[in-house]
Amino acid sequence: MPIQNNPQLNSKGELQHLLSIEGLPRDILVQILDTAESFVGVTEREVKKVPILRGKSVFNLFFEPSTRTRTTFEIAAKRLSADVINLNITVSSATKGESLLDTVANLSAMQADIFIVRHESSGAPFLIARHVKPHEHVINAGDGRHAHPTQGLLDLFTIRHYKKDFTRLTVAIVGDILHSRVARSLIHGLTTLGVPEVRVIGPQTLLPAGVEALGVRVFHDMRAGLKDCDVVVMLRLQNERMRGALLPSAQEFFKHYGLTAEKLALARRDAIVMHPGPMNRGVEIDSTVADGPHSVILPQVTFGIAVRMAVMSIVAGN
Amino acid sequence: MRLHIKNARVVDPATGKDGAGELYVADGKLSAEGGKADRVIDAKGLVAAPGLIDLSARLREPGYEYKATLESELDAALAGGVTSLACPPDTDPPLDEPGLVDMLRRRAKALSRARVYPVGALTVKLEGKALTEMGQLTDAGCVAFSQANVPLADTQVLWRALQYAATFDYPVWLRAEEAWLAKGGVAHDGEVATRLGLPGIPAFAETIALAALLELVRATRARVHVCRLSAAGSVELMRRAKQEGLPVSCDVAVHHVHLCDMDLGYFDSHCRLEPPLRGQRDRDALSRALADGTIDCLVSDHTPVDEDGKHLPFAQAEPGATGLELLLPLALKWGQANGLGLAAALARITSDPARVLGVRSGRLAPGAPADLVLFDPAAPFRVAAETLKSQGKNTPFLGYELAGRVRCTIVDGNVVYEQ
Repeated sequence: MPIQNNPQLNSKGELQHLLSIEGLPRDILVQILDTAESFVGVTEREVKKVPILRGKSVFNLFFEPSTRTRTTFEIAAKRLSADVINLNITVSSATKGESLLDTVANLSAMQADIFIVRHESSGAPFLIARHVKPHEHVINAGDGRHAHPTQGLLDLFTIRHYKKDFTRLTVAIVGDILHSRVARSLIHGLTTLGVPEVRVIGPQTLLPAGVEALGVRVFHDMRAGLKDCDVVVMLRLQNERMRGALLPSAQEFFKHYGLTAEKLALARRDAIVMHPGPMNRGVEIDSTVADGPHSVILPQVTFGIAVRMAVMSIVAGN
Repeated sequence: MRLHIKNARVVDPATGKDGAGELYVADGKLSAEGGKADRVIDAKGLVAAPGLIDLSARLREPGYEYKATLESELDAALAGGVTSLACPPDTDPPLDEPGLVDMLRRRAKALSRARVYPVGALTVKLEGKALTEMGQLTDAGCVAFSQANVPLADTQVLWRALQYAATFDYPVWLRAEEAWLAKGGVAHDGEVATRLGLPGIPAFAETIALAALLELVRATRARVHVCRLSAAGSVELMRRAKQEGLPVSCDVAVHHVHLCDMDLGYFDSHCRLEPPLRGQRDRDALSRALADGTIDCLVSDHTPVDEDGKHLPFAQAEPGATGLELLLPLALKWGQANGLGLAAALARITSDPARVLGVRSGRLAPGAPADLVLFDPAAPFRVAAETLKSQGKNTPFLGYELAGRVRCTIVDGNVVYEQ
């Protein structure tokens, strides 16, 4: 029977590709967070550049439209002095019938060093990682419902920044867990770093089968789920899921699972509120909370650049 | 051609006989005593058994010749000791016209390799709307009617199809899958799909459809063979239906008694199968039910897929696995795991499918067709793409060390494969 090695690690056990937080050792997560810490300084300097990736080519390979994530990767790569090439595949080869692997092989022939991949299909970055050359690295920028590891890492970074010790925390993730790659990545990161209680809060229709197996406690009642939480992570509810067989309406979702100041008061007094963005105000989160003192939503975005710089510099060095 | 097979361990699953013996073949049939043989085959160290009968093997003709051809797949069948196979109607165009079925039969016959039993489409173009001309298709050579993997969502049509088939006693072979519940899913709805972020198909998509199907059998008394069970709950439903005396039988694919959703690993598209691989409990329940006879037959569900079809993200990858050449070793492995003797294990791929098909092969009685396989049950081999004769190299068992090598395959009294 073929043994499948962890496809993210090289033969020395170092990070070769970043495909998923699941399966990464704690040491590597801490290494990424510590490296990101050193880059926060860079992003605050007047000259926001370091020469770590000078002469290297970073290909932003987006098979699914995204502005925010692509831009943050672009900024991160440029601050590391890399050359960045943006490819919006949805309007190029994919429509001409070129296969995913052909596209990658072609770009590889143009001397790529790092591929940043977003794809609507879970597992697509794994397929690419299996077929690239040994010196090329793949970073998953979101695949289907499966994983969004850099978002998970920036969430971890934000939590560590405000809360220091992971081993005493209660973290609640609220909303559409079923379709969320952000939630899956964050859950794996939190459990790996020793968070004793990770909760997921949502209606049955938005929780995937057997989610408890990921090491989380399930709550359907948001008030019970928020009680004594240190961290509240709100997830984005996609427009197309607001009405239909999963939910009757955005209003009704807000009534049960929208984060209001009144519900947030059930969490710890120093709780932080996070959101991967873009927010639907009045659907999953009330404006008074989004803009209130507990919100760390904008710092998340800033940290996101440092975290992506850290991931790129680490894989390129391995 | 008269053959004499000597020094073999003769195993007849139909009677349970297992012991040293001689086999004689004359005029394409097994014969009780030998006259002068044209050829004597020394089968020392080998098992002589009826040739395998596989109730589901896609040959990809017509329409998908780039994936496989009749030649390549019938070669694969013989290399796997499969002497008879039923092919599902999901070709392009589907087997919904007598002319197509006739052509397929002639092509297969001209190749004089394994026997091919076409399964006709139950509905025109497999669209689930209008019934096919089952009478004419039967005359053309169809042995049963099926929807292959295409769901028949309209239960009114299903009911009528079963009524019509029951009127003329045409067998109907169907998979049980509730189309709405299965829609969009690519993996078993459970922990693994949750971890991998793959849209799930719940086990009750199968049990709900099976319960409905059995209710329609109760009403129509149609002869129904349920294909490719995947869920533990289905085993219970089948057990009760058989106890009640409904005219039903069922099968399971080799991968479902050996693998489960854990085997998806890191999105291994070889494990993209229809129905999906389910949990460990399901796998174990299917394996036991096949042993106790609740499930009648083991099939390869042979589905050659070209590399492009598998080099895709899991959800987009084309479902299916090649299997004709692995049916025997995987059946032996399953039999061993369940503590079955050789005759009992082989029954699920010989005499039991023969009963479902209504053919006289699959046993060693004098007068039965001389379709035979000689194999070394202990010979080890490693499953490798290079050594598979099938044009499809796609199987989750690549790299497995299995035991059981076919040395000689005989169809209709002719030696058609030797190694």
